[in-house]
Amino acid sequence: MAGIVIVGAGLAALRGAETLRNLGYDGDLTIVGDERHHPYNRPPLSKQLLAGTQDERACRLDTDRARATWLLGRTATGLHPARRTIELDDATELHYTKLLIATGVRPRLLPDQPRMSNVHVLRTLDDALALRAAALNSHRTVIIGAGFLGCETAATLRTLGTTVSLVDVADHPMPALGPEVGARALAWHAEAGVDLRLSTGVSEILGQDRVTAVRLTDGDVLPTDLIVVAIGAVPNSEWLRASGLTTWHGAVLCDDRCLAVGHDDIAVAGDIAAWPHQNGDIVHVEHWSNAAETAIVAATNLLTPDDPIHHHPVLSFWSDQYDRKLRAVGVLDGADTVEVTEEDRNRLVVEFRRDGALTGAVTVNAQDRYLRHRRALRDAQHSTPAAV
Amino acid sequence: MKVTVDAALCNGHGECVVEAPEIFDLPDDAETAVILHPDSPDSLRPKATRAAALCPVAAISIKD
Repeated sequence: MAGIVIVGAGLAALRGAETLRNLGYDGDLTIVGDERHHPYNRPPLSKQLLAGTQDERACRLDTDRARATWLLGRTATGLHPARRTIELDDATELHYTKLLIATGVRPRLLPDQPRMSNVHVLRTLDDALALRAAALNSHRTVIIGAGFLGCETAATLRTLGTTVSLVDVADHPMPALGPEVGARALAWHAEAGVDLRLSTGVSEILGQDRVTAVRLTDGDVLPTDLIVVAIGAVPNSEWLRASGLTTWHGAVLCDDRCLAVGHDDIAVAGDIAAWPHQNGDIVHVEHWSNAAETAIVAATNLLTPDDPIHHHPVLSFWSDQYDRKLRAVGVLDGADTVEVTEEDRNRLVVEFRRDGALTGAVTVNAQDRYLRHRRALRDAQHSTPAAV
Repeated sequence: MKVTVDAALCNGHGECVVEAPEIFDLPDDAETAVILHPDSPDSLRPKATRAAALCPVAAISIKD
């Protein structure tokens, strides 16, 4: 008997399973994951694991409290909500009493991503181990995409001694944080010796069996030993195509109980979830804390959908690059005023306001400010009950 | 209920302080979180559990 089934075996799956057990669910629990690994923590993959300062055991998460049956190396290929079954790639059918979808996202590939060796992505533990091995044998790396992952990878690879070119169509790194933070990020990467190629894209990857160079849209050709493609992610929702579940740009749409629209016995958590903000906009993020928080809400409401808790988070995420600990909280889009309120060589605080009210903040090496803003945004939201 | 923070793992994220300020603190110049009382009342168990689940480095343990 599969009992409650969780499809996906990452952080959201694990926290969901633990929540079910914490709330007294004692029945069968089956977790299906397409990787051969038990759940591991993803943030160290682009930092400590890639740098070699931690090994893969340090990334592992404790799975004892889940008390689950683990079906690893198995991929879900279909879902039939009316029959409450899912299909796996080995033609097994699992019947569930309740289902948690937590299949996450995978790296977006270049439009004509070549099958050359030394063209890497970085999402899974296996990706990180392969990238580290390649980087240790490379003198030059081109990272395509200067978002959070591209920036962290650049910082880490600089410590491994490879020259790094960081390419992005935007005119500054981490475009999501806006130009004020972006300009400073540009400076700290340049200071670390990263060859920044901004406002340009990639027109061609050159090489036969192995990559040899990257041609940029501005005409420059960068000889390289290694490429990392870090241009975003795509939801793993193809297996749900025939299920009837509502999707939103590939993410699975749930309500603010993290239950799939129209299905109180199906919950959604982690990077694959999209849900409505109180203002009606649909939210989809790939933040670590959101994976854990949606998992808690999803699992709780699978057990008691009629007495739900609601997912109204104050969004937050972090990125560590060199000796800079970047923390971001709240909503940065839609701000009409962006103010740098603190800045010295090490410390940065940028506040985002709309109609005079703080909507979000980005801090670098200013944990005290970050926590203060975070609490303030949380308190300001207390008129609507947050998830317990 | 005994709540502990593994100082070797703690990276000063402060999620715990946001979730359960009754149990955890991260003083302004501190690198790691501290536990305010060695023995916390059981009424704080839901908050402690949530803080443990939301710690980005899984540094928090709860024992009875």
